[in-house]
Amino acid sequence: MDKGTVLYGVDPLIIQDHYEIDYHHSYAQDSPFFIGLTKGQLLGSRCTACDYIYATPRAHCMRCGAATAWFALPLTGRVHTFTTCHYGGEVFLKETPFTLILVEFDGADTLFLSRLKSVQPDAVRIGLPVVARFAKAPSFKVTDVWFEPADQA
Amino acid sequence: MRPVYMIGGGITKFAKAHHEKDFRLMVKEAYDYMLHDVPRLSKDMIDGAVGSYFSDHFTRQLKAASMVQDYLGLCPKPSKRVEGGGATGGLCFQSAWEAVASGRMNCCLAFGFETMSRVNTWKGNEFIALASDTNFDFPVGGFYSGYYAMMVQRHMYEFGTTVEQMAMVSVKNHANALHNPYAQKAKRLTIKQVRESPMVATPLTMEDICTMSDGAAVCVLASEELAGKVCDRPVKITGVGSGSDAMRMADRPHDTVILLPHEREADYHHLKYPGVHSFRGGRMAAKLAYEMADIRNPLEELSFVELHDAYTSSEIQTYEDLGLCRYGEGGRFVESGMPFLPGLDYGLELPEQGRLPVNPSGGLLACGHPVGATGLMQAVFAFWQLQGTIGTHLHSERLQVRNAKRGLIHSHAGTGTYITASILEAV
Repeated sequence: MDKGTVLYGVDPLIIQDHYEIDYHHSYAQDSPFFIGLTKGQLLGSRCTACDYIYATPRAHCMRCGAATAWFALPLTGRVHTFTTCHYGGEVFLKETPFTLILVEFDGADTLFLSRLKSVQPDAVRIGLPVVARFAKAPSFKVTDVWFEPADQA
Repeated sequence: MRPVYMIGGGITKFAKAHHEKDFRLMVKEAYDYMLHDVPRLSKDMIDGAVGSYFSDHFTRQLKAASMVQDYLGLCPKPSKRVEGGGATGGLCFQSAWEAVASGRMNCCLAFGFETMSRVNTWKGNEFIALASDTNFDFPVGGFYSGYYAMMVQRHMYEFGTTVEQMAMVSVKNHANALHNPYAQKAKRLTIKQVRESPMVATPLTMEDICTMSDGAAVCVLASEELAGKVCDRPVKITGVGSGSDAMRMADRPHDTVILLPHEREADYHHLKYPGVHSFRGGRMAAKLAYEMADIRNPLEELSFVELHDAYTSSEIQTYEDLGLCRYGEGGRFVESGMPFLPGLDYGLELPEQGRLPVNPSGGLLACGHPVGATGLMQAVFAFWQLQGTIGTHLHSERLQVRNAKRGLIHSHAGTGTYITASILEAV
């Protein structure tokens, strides 16, 4: 049933203009990473020409342009930097406060963005050892993996 | 390339919402202000235009720049839209510079706007966060304040930068804006008030972060011949530079510093660069602009800087990228008082107050950040500074930098992915 138009104001005239859409979002060449998460694997990529190691995967090396190969990252790393968000984009507001970290791994040249859970915000510090955890029911999103302090393992 | 001059500019007041005027009318207001200020310039002398606005999500009117073009009566002259996140306005300015420098146009209008009031603040934050990798970054909790918070946490770790130093930037820019009627959020603050305002993303509070705005700005750039004909006090654009970095912060390398002429490799023996603590694209932009303008030591050779302070932290990081101080010294640079205006009372001890004023306008923190207009707003304030006409346009001389000879404007997109630096000089 047509519920009519919502008016927010009359001088000037302001109406509600609703908009939503479903996209067919392909992970394309990044797909193996998201499949990996469903198997408890964190996949990075290694350049087949210059050996640069990406902790967030990409199919081609941004240094030399060569193709990269998939490899399994260690499931433990350290906090490279962090923040606790008390506000956020609308879709994440209900999840606040949440803690974001960039994770560094031994042997990898780049980092990985994730959530840090099961920790008090004021206990987070740079260098904190962390371990990857995986969702039991995958949503095929990067949030299928998150990290917790390693000492709670 | 031939010399390019800025001959006119206009700005609307930046505000939380301008429901009474749409983007076309906002640009028209800024454009008419400019025409009134340059009476010898007529529409038939303008060869074309470059429009800038950041987000189709905010506007939900594709080809909005075309609607501005027709509203200003500039059809069928050449026109295009430039988009580059937060640096949209700076890129637009440089695109207009290119049109004139190349000889394609004798006179090019740069106009920019944003209408961010069309959605609530948190939906707006979501839209902005879509300017991060939607496979790997956005779904984790996409929030730009969170991204910049992580960057400054690392800056604090590497260099000992403090939240009080960041708060000093907020105190400075909000206080400068008390004398700028175009600003959205002018106020007198203390370091304590900045720290006690609501925490957004540790360590950034509400007063460390710019607000969303509605607003528009225009600049007119011209050849030397036309500038001499229509403008009493044209300002020369003597340097343009821009740079970029990887979209994902996780991908920023740990390499060596790009050096400016007054720096040496030994200054940065142990620094892994840029990491997430510095903006490599900003350093590249500065290096290219300085080379073109023949600037060897920016601290000595610039009269003022208008830089992209979306966050207090990014102002400190940008001091370093621009070479106003060495990497790691940005916190102490603000503490020294150098980037404050001389002669204003900030309620702070500032031993070297006013050596190189940064964001005399109040910057994004206090003026607001209607994205597509922001970089052009900086150009307009710089233009008025170098003309010595701040008093005319702001109805107060308080923000006029004495004997302003050379200014730098700096525009910056999402975590440093696109950055522009342009040098303007009084002639």
